[in-house]
Amino acid sequence: MTYLAKPKVAHPSLPKNKLGLTRREYEGALSTLCAGCGHDSITAAIVEACWGISLEPQNLVKLSGIGCSSKTTAYFVSGGHGFNSVHGRMPSIAMGANAANRELAYIGVSGDGDTLSIGLGQFCHAIRRNVNMLYIIENNGVYGLTKGQFSASADVGTKAKKGDTNYQPPVDPVLLAMTLGATYVARSFSGDKEQLVPLIQAGLSHRGFALIDVLSPCVTFNDHEGSTKSYAYTREHYEPAVHADFVPLEREIVADYKEGESLPVVMHDGSRIVLRKLDSTYDPTDRVNAQTHIQERMKAGEYLTGLLYVEPNEKDFHDLNATPDTALNKVPYEKLSPGSKGLEKILSRYR
Amino acid sequence: MNKSNASPQINDFAIKIATVNGTGSASANTLLMKSIFRSGIPVMGKNYFPSNIQGLPTWYEIRVTKQGYVARSGTVDLMVAMNAETYARDVKEVSPGGYLIYDSTWPRPSLLKREDITVLGVPLAKLCNENFNGVRTRILMKNICYAGVLAALLDLDLEQIRSLLAETYAKKPQLVDSNMKAIQLGYDYAKQNFQCPLPLRVEKMSKTAGHIMIDGNTAAALGCVFAGATVAAWYPITPSTSLMDAYKAFCDRMRVDPETGRKNFAFIQAEDELAAIGMTIGAMWNGARAFTATSGPGVSLMSEFIGLAYYAEVPAVIFDIQRVGPSTGMPTRTQQCDVMAAAYASHGDTRHVCLYPSNPEECFYMAAQAFDLAERLQTPVFVMSDLDIGMNDWMCRDLKWDDSYRPDRGKVLGKEEIEKLEKFYRYFDKDGDGIAYRTFPGVHPKAAYFTRGSGHTQFGTYTEDSAEYQIVLDRLLRKWETAKKLVPRAIIDATAGSDIGIVSIGSCDGAIHEAIDVLKTHGVRVNYMRVRAFPFAEDVERFLAAHKTVFVVEQNRDAQFRSLLALETKVEKAKLLPLLHYSGLPISSTFIVDGVLAHVRPQPKQQEALGAAG
Repeated sequence: MTYLAKPKVAHPSLPKNKLGLTRREYEGALSTLCAGCGHDSITAAIVEACWGISLEPQNLVKLSGIGCSSKTTAYFVSGGHGFNSVHGRMPSIAMGANAANRELAYIGVSGDGDTLSIGLGQFCHAIRRNVNMLYIIENNGVYGLTKGQFSASADVGTKAKKGDTNYQPPVDPVLLAMTLGATYVARSFSGDKEQLVPLIQAGLSHRGFALIDVLSPCVTFNDHEGSTKSYAYTREHYEPAVHADFVPLEREIVADYKEGESLPVVMHDGSRIVLRKLDSTYDPTDRVNAQTHIQERMKAGEYLTGLLYVEPNEKDFHDLNATPDTALNKVPYEKLSPGSKGLEKILSRYR
Repeated sequence: MNKSNASPQINDFAIKIATVNGTGSASANTLLMKSIFRSGIPVMGKNYFPSNIQGLPTWYEIRVTKQGYVARSGTVDLMVAMNAETYARDVKEVSPGGYLIYDSTWPRPSLLKREDITVLGVPLAKLCNENFNGVRTRILMKNICYAGVLAALLDLDLEQIRSLLAETYAKKPQLVDSNMKAIQLGYDYAKQNFQCPLPLRVEKMSKTAGHIMIDGNTAAALGCVFAGATVAAWYPITPSTSLMDAYKAFCDRMRVDPETGRKNFAFIQAEDELAAIGMTIGAMWNGARAFTATSGPGVSLMSEFIGLAYYAEVPAVIFDIQRVGPSTGMPTRTQQCDVMAAAYASHGDTRHVCLYPSNPEECFYMAAQAFDLAERLQTPVFVMSDLDIGMNDWMCRDLKWDDSYRPDRGKVLGKEEIEKLEKFYRYFDKDGDGIAYRTFPGVHPKAAYFTRGSGHTQFGTYTEDSAEYQIVLDRLLRKWETAKKLVPRAIIDATAGSDIGIVSIGSCDGAIHEAIDVLKTHGVRVNYMRVRAFPFAEDVERFLAAHKTVFVVEQNRDAQFRSLLALETKVEKAKLLPLLHYSGLPISSTFIVDGVLAHVRPQPKQQEALGAAG
């Protein structure tokens, strides 16, 4: 329960970052998600990432919409302000908040329902504006809180728990973001902390909109015979690993694979996904080439992961708007009001 | 032809000009109105335009009013009928004894069917075709030409007109000459063919000093600039768009650092109204002053977010420039039809502070005030303007600004204050006024809290516990009581000492003032209360209680403001008599006079009709 405070006990031997803070000081409230949920691993990766780059906790703004994924902003960095907004509308809150204060780090956590169905429009336009934020999609292909409906990222042929088959093609956030001009596009897997942590860290330091689509299996609602994402299938292929962090992950899967190798990782819910580490010849700075590559592998039933595309020098919202380097919410009032003398001048045009 | 024996009607008449939109008539009409204003005579201008770019009928009404009335009279003394498509109805609308000017290049004997008006034919097209080249120029100049005709007939100052043109076309001086040529053509034709001036005409006065002609959207935008708003997010929708355009134009002039070229404002065109309000809320949550402007359909879309802002207690300023509904309705016509939608926007128990400006001047002050209220009360605040206020030029008193003004940011804890706290609780009512303290991101790790639309405790944590949920919901009611003390008071005129009262909001005000004067001449005296904000304070209760009969004047079909009064005060509903104007045109004084007289001096038939309306 999130309303149960997590005891803050820090052993004196815990390693400290540059700010003298331990990892515990980057944690949040206790997770209320199902044991083994991929989302909790992502939360742990965010904690690790923020601790690792010695981010001042109060300088992190955490934003989310509605859904299982959106709850997770309460589970990390309790020293940063959080805003759990309405379904699918987190990008607009992020845009407004970022407009008001460009000096802070913004991390938005969303799900495949929140981003690709109800929030598809806002997601697209946040990319177009190149809002300076890290946007993480915790993608599991299914609606969790409403118990097992297909999401817009469900594969064709996937069977729902109650037996329905999905015939609609999925929306792929990575390809969509690429076509909209996103400047940082990555895909990862919740079980691959080794890959995910540096992606988060790089995403936070990227200027502009950084997207990480994280495949994050739902252990509860896609765990049945006939689904391409069943838990049974997963168990056959992988040994569950115990995560060292705060959630007992009896069924958590950790993928570990070498560069250039393609690995048939069957995710928590059993979907047949092949993860491929980027090979050394992959050029993540060529949009067209990267896009083609992703589509080719997708056709073969594989998901490319890693940093798929990056353009570090694109102008973000503030560059385009020519706002000052300091936050708009710090501009003194005297600079904002033309005053009574200014008003007199203005009125002369209306006489 | 001219009724020279008619008694003169000086500085007290209404002109209506019927044209086709996209033909440049707006310039001619503005020119006419401004030249009257510069002659020191109070004037009103109303534009009735179609939701269209070119080719549909449009009307402009200019009322010259020595008394300084700001509303429509409901009569037309002089019609300039430039649009053959609407001739029939335009002829009908002229008051008996009035005048009609039309383009006699193509004679219309059928127009002369009315014996009780004077028809003046001017071959405008012919004059312009002989004197100007190019189809477009001829069309535009035909409209400037009728302004010249009116200048002669009404005795307008030609020099005044020339200097106005010089100001308008300061950057294109050749246009001053061509426009003046067209003016002169019309002027000379009228002088040669008619007895000028007409009995209805203007005579210089000195009643416009200390006044300006401005529209409400421009004034509201100016209010936002002076309030220190830095983030503006919106989705284009008539009739609110000009507010955002004006804000941007003012900021481009006054908010750009001359040394660095950096802009001290963020102007964001959103993908829809859902995003526009989200951005506004996000920016205000993060410590900037932010606003959005929209109209009815936008309010519908924003409603979910507005509920979040109410419950999570995030300030926001929303300008609702009301237009005719339901649905798309008539987007370029005016109504006050979002009164209920704004007051209770969103699902669940929500109520919102609404301000009801009555003219552009009040739009300016209320815009600034809306930010102070939103931040003080940590809640969304609506400024309920409408198309009539927002898009028409109104004569109003000079706007003033007090340089000692500083934004009221409300209960915001700074770094030092947070440092001293043992723990920060976002939703705890320390002061007993229902308003808790808030903090901004990036200030102090101890000040961090989680903003959510889901159930939360007074300490800012998630809850599904009934008692904890209710503590917060009940505190919001205490905050609502505090709001009653902070919102602008009603303006009450009880000098008539009557037991009949008129109660109204917003843009009805001008017509009501005039109606009260007219009613006096009929021996009917009424008191008047103009409510300026929701929630209703004690003064509203007292006025309602003190009057036997209360006419509630508003511009919608369903008596929304009357419903709000009935719901939110102790008033006995039966004594609230609705006077409802919802044609899409601004309410006229005549409508109110007729409505009140029908009740206080009932004819059997009229009484029945009023009963049905109630």
